[in-house]
Amino acid sequence: MAWFKRSKENISPESQKRDIPDGQWIKCDSCSEIIHKKQLELSNWVCPKCDFHFRIGSEEYIKTLLDDGSFKEMDKKMKSGDPLEFEDTKKYAARIESTMSKTNLNDAVKTGTGKINGAKVSFACMDFKFIGGSMGSVVGEKIARAIDKAYSSKMPMIIISQSGGARMMEGAFSLMQMAKTSSRLARLAEAKIPYISILADPTTGGTTASYAMLGDVIIAEPKALIGFAGPRVIKQTIGKDLPEGFQRSEFLLEHGFVDMIVQRKDLKETVSKMIGYMTN
Amino acid sequence: MAKNILEFEKPIIELENKIEEMRKYEDNLDIKEEITLLEDKVTKLKENIYDNLTRWQRVQLARHPERPFTLDYLYLMTNDFVELHGDRYYRDDNAIVGGFAMLEDQKVMIIGHQKGRDTKSNLFRNFGMPNPEGYRKALRLMKLAEKFNRPVITLLDTPGAYPGLEAEQNGQAEAIARNLFEMSRLQVPIVVVIIGEGASGGALGIGVGDRILMLENTWYSVISPESCSSILWRSWDYKEQAAESLRLTAKDLLEQKIIDRIVAEPLGGAHKNHIKIAETLKEILLEELKELTKIKPDKLVQNRLEKFGSMGVYVE
Repeated sequence: MAWFKRSKENISPESQKRDIPDGQWIKCDSCSEIIHKKQLELSNWVCPKCDFHFRIGSEEYIKTLLDDGSFKEMDKKMKSGDPLEFEDTKKYAARIESTMSKTNLNDAVKTGTGKINGAKVSFACMDFKFIGGSMGSVVGEKIARAIDKAYSSKMPMIIISQSGGARMMEGAFSLMQMAKTSSRLARLAEAKIPYISILADPTTGGTTASYAMLGDVIIAEPKALIGFAGPRVIKQTIGKDLPEGFQRSEFLLEHGFVDMIVQRKDLKETVSKMIGYMTN
Repeated sequence: MAKNILEFEKPIIELENKIEEMRKYEDNLDIKEEITLLEDKVTKLKENIYDNLTRWQRVQLARHPERPFTLDYLYLMTNDFVELHGDRYYRDDNAIVGGFAMLEDQKVMIIGHQKGRDTKSNLFRNFGMPNPEGYRKALRLMKLAEKFNRPVITLLDTPGAYPGLEAEQNGQAEAIARNLFEMSRLQVPIVVVIIGEGASGGALGIGVGDRILMLENTWYSVISPESCSSILWRSWDYKEQAAESLRLTAKDLLEQKIIDRIVAEPLGGAHKNHIKIAETLKEILLEELKELTKIKPDKLVQNRLEKFGSMGVYVE
């Protein structure tokens, strides 16, 4: 028999969590501040209290970066072909179908042309919510074509990456997209057309090890996870805890792998300025 | 030796040991006929087993510790190999080796992943897992080859780029990305051969080229079957299924039109006969180089761009 017996229900940390119903109010993942959706939209999906940059999709980035109504989408209908008829706990084809209807997207990247303060650009933005922003044949092909558009129309290339890496369910095809996109960027570079790479949270694996790291200028959002191997794998390999801030934007800036860290509200002006310096 | 016998090799080894045993009494007893019979049986058994290996079994063969590694091929195929060290920025990475060599009368640059055969050499070679310095050394050597107009041969055999703290800090992703970018526009022929394991970006980091060859019992994919199992099945136990799902053998990749050619291995695998596989590979490399060296640099680069551009399956 215990000396003390709690007569009332346990007070757990769970019950202190500020749970809120879906709808107009959103809780900040970092400081738990409750923010109205409209307010969040006005602040570019950045927490007004703690500056946490919410993970946002291609639609939101188009609004953030491109001039209103200037975006013209390319290859909108391209879909995955399931070349391996891949199956894990679920069939890949079924996974694609359900993700498509859930996200209203056809794959993990949107590409097209648009304007940034009047300057025409070729634009690609990934979507993390589509199978972890993974790069398969569709992502590779769409990005390659966007780079071709930049090449043939002589306009700067802008890519926003947010991706867990190459897509496992397309096996070696996914791997080859790294070579496909990088070789197109090499041709773009020969033609002296600028490429600005923007890294959002998270950018890892094959995406980082191809186009994400090949920008003439590389811009990272604050505190984004950027790396090749994921932190869990590294921790397992070295058998030690990882230092605070490891693989975050600030860490990459310190070690010389990104040019700058830019707040989302300043992203458009910064990109615009860089385009100005690299084009006539 | 005994520890390196794979499960499916056991019946073959058993029979071979039996024949060996019988040979001892060959002179005294009249068992010549029986031996011949058994030998036929072994050959048939081998053909049967090696024609019907599962994908996971091929992965096991690709990892066989007695398989020839890059330096073995260098010693067996080439003359006058001169190893060149260091990335000129930070240090020398022993998981990637490279240097000039003579392939018959052809001056070439050969670069490859290098594994170790025992604990000590594996630690020295970091199990064939390069750090960024390895990729930067490889690129330096490729640019050197380009400068003096020598074809490049790369030999791929890695369980992956090293997922370490320093590797990340020193830009593992940037180093691999840079290599893909530069290899795609290198002005000399590049022949890529997967000689063992072709694990993901760590392999592709020296794997962009004009001709991609795979030895018969090797694998090449976006992820190892074990890691794939742990991510998609959330358990390490589904590696066999993962290997099947990933379609990662030489035959699979030829069907997927990702590689150009399969190099046949001696019956039982490359580890059974180092000299034979090195001879076969040498012949094929000479053949490929003969074709590639005829092509003008501009055309070579254009073809390479189109080659990788055509890879991928999608619906429009």
